[in-house]
Amino acid sequence: MRVIQFREALREAMTEEMKRDEQIFLMGEEVAEYNGAYKVSQGMLDEFGPKRIIDTPIAELGFAGIAVGAAMNGLRPIVEFMTFNFSLVAIDQVINAAAKMYQMSGGQFNIPMVFRGPTGSAGQLGAQHSQAFENWYANCPGLKVVVPSNPADAKGLLKSAIRDNDPVIFMESEQMYGDKGEVPEEEYLIPIGKAAVKREGTDVTIVSFGKIMKVALATAEALAAEGISCEVIDLMTVRPIDYDTIIQSVQKTNRLVIVEEAWPLASISTEISYMVQKKAFDYLDAPIHRICTADAPLGYAPTFVQEFLPNVERTTKAIKAVLYKA
Amino acid sequence: MLCAVPNFVSFATLFIKMAKTKFTKETYLNWYEQMLLMRRFEEKAAQLYGQQKIKGFCHLYIGQEAVVAGTLSATRKDDRHITAYRDHAHAIALGIPSREVMAELYGKVTGCSKGKGGSMHMFSKEHNFFGGHGIVGGQIPLGAGIALADQYRGGDQVTICSFGDGAARQGALHETFNMAMLWKLPVIFICENNGYAMGTSVERTTNAPDMSIIGKGYDMPSFVVDGMHPETVHEAIAEAAERARKGEGPTYLDVRTYRYRGHSMSDPAKYRTKEEVEEYKKKDPIEVVKATILKQKFAAEAWFDEVEAKIEGIVAEAVEFSENSPYPDGSELYTDVYAEPNYPYITE
Repeated sequence: MRVIQFREALREAMTEEMKRDEQIFLMGEEVAEYNGAYKVSQGMLDEFGPKRIIDTPIAELGFAGIAVGAAMNGLRPIVEFMTFNFSLVAIDQVINAAAKMYQMSGGQFNIPMVFRGPTGSAGQLGAQHSQAFENWYANCPGLKVVVPSNPADAKGLLKSAIRDNDPVIFMESEQMYGDKGEVPEEEYLIPIGKAAVKREGTDVTIVSFGKIMKVALATAEALAAEGISCEVIDLMTVRPIDYDTIIQSVQKTNRLVIVEEAWPLASISTEISYMVQKKAFDYLDAPIHRICTADAPLGYAPTFVQEFLPNVERTTKAIKAVLYKA
Repeated sequence: MLCAVPNFVSFATLFIKMAKTKFTKETYLNWYEQMLLMRRFEEKAAQLYGQQKIKGFCHLYIGQEAVVAGTLSATRKDDRHITAYRDHAHAIALGIPSREVMAELYGKVTGCSKGKGGSMHMFSKEHNFFGGHGIVGGQIPLGAGIALADQYRGGDQVTICSFGDGAARQGALHETFNMAMLWKLPVIFICENNGYAMGTSVERTTNAPDMSIIGKGYDMPSFVVDGMHPETVHEAIAEAAERARKGEGPTYLDVRTYRYRGHSMSDPAKYRTKEEVEEYKKKDPIEVVKATILKQKFAAEAWFDEVEAKIEGIVAEAVEFSENSPYPDGSELYTDVYAEPNYPYITE
């Protein structure tokens, strides 16, 4: 199978869908003439013209709201945030407008649109550029939140997100755009709301999503050498969460470790821990463990980055703890 | 014209003083009926709110009727409308049956938003009413986006985006004005300038109290409009709509109007003098239109009695309909949240 970059997979998804449906357009800072801050939309201005690939001023609140209004009136916008850190300026339009419109109008105005861009930290960028808001958006009914971990999933999920008739938050990573992976040439869609078992195992379940899936898979690989068999689940969507896949796995392995890039309080791991204790309490042979980020803003120095993020070492320790092998 | 009230600074150069257009008898009679329906509906809403039949927040349009009346006579059926939470009158005037607007105030399933919106969130896709919105200024980018969609499809519809003078201080307005001019979006921004952002008068919110200047920083055609007369509103809207349909982009109208009541039903409006309110009531838009109709001999006193009786009947029927309508079932919490039919809500 051919191998392409994550950013190319995203571009293919948008390009294919835009060819299918005239109502889709892409809007954001530097998406057109600059070819995208991270080159996701490279060449799309040439292909679709300025009517459908729209450069905006630096005005996230304004252009997010304009896109929601366009969605109310029949278009299917894709809004690119240069990073979801900047989406906080626009969050009124995401939460108060996009997520509420269908309900407030008694089912008259749905909002078929995608807000996409990179989430999470990406090295030494300092506190304001190093935040993960998956759980913030996942908390809000009316939204769907998708966080792919590799190019093939990214393409299939983004195509589904663009076709979805509800507002979808689609979160990528600066550190994944250059990742290469096998991506089928023929058309395919990956459904929103379904997790995938990315590695089968019997001793412990690891749940993760997005960029941190690399840590989960690397940990599983390393532990295999020690004779520990990890089952790794990629959530892919964090609203809605595919609890069934997690519960089924825990019923088999009886142990659960959740790994995510998020501050610990009210994170996705908090939510999953609740649901697993509620639905599979009798199957658990050990308390659930989780690896989150440090409960602090991420400072600039490299030592902070090292200390802040989930890694293989910390995940290994958690797995050994739930196996009582520490 | 409105200068008697001290909080309004001297009007800008482009003030539309008197309407130049000759309006027909039909237009005047329509305006009168429409405005009287808005007035009587709101008076009934106030009464029902007092009886606690209507809950939540309730922002009345009383005093501002000429703005909607003049806007609608100057626009087409397929034009789009979006406003803030003071939205009952917009909804009724656009043709949503009064009973459906009243039922929405009651929170009944027969309301125009199925009891899910309430006073601040009237919607009707059928009537091109893109809603009443509750976050001050939040509807301003939405209005520009509605216009963007029409421009995108090559349509010649115009979006009428209304907001109050309080919303003009939100960043959303300034970001939107910039992009709307940049892209020449077919939208008319109406500042229904009633002089007060809730309880704070215009001059207490800014160093530059002339509201007409806020479009000028973006080179947006901007006009001050006498909002107590449907004629002047009509004329300003008609010119702005023509510009928009020709592809010349947005217009900003600083429409000077006045609300007789508080910001919402819970506001006793102690920040204004009785004299100020009385001063405005002398220019009541409904009375002024009535005087014109009589002066022009478009109708006699008997006609006004007929209209009054007819509207009384409409409002009474709306109340009866609402009283007799059921509330939505509690399970309706889980409908209309997602367009997707089988969304797996968390229920434990």
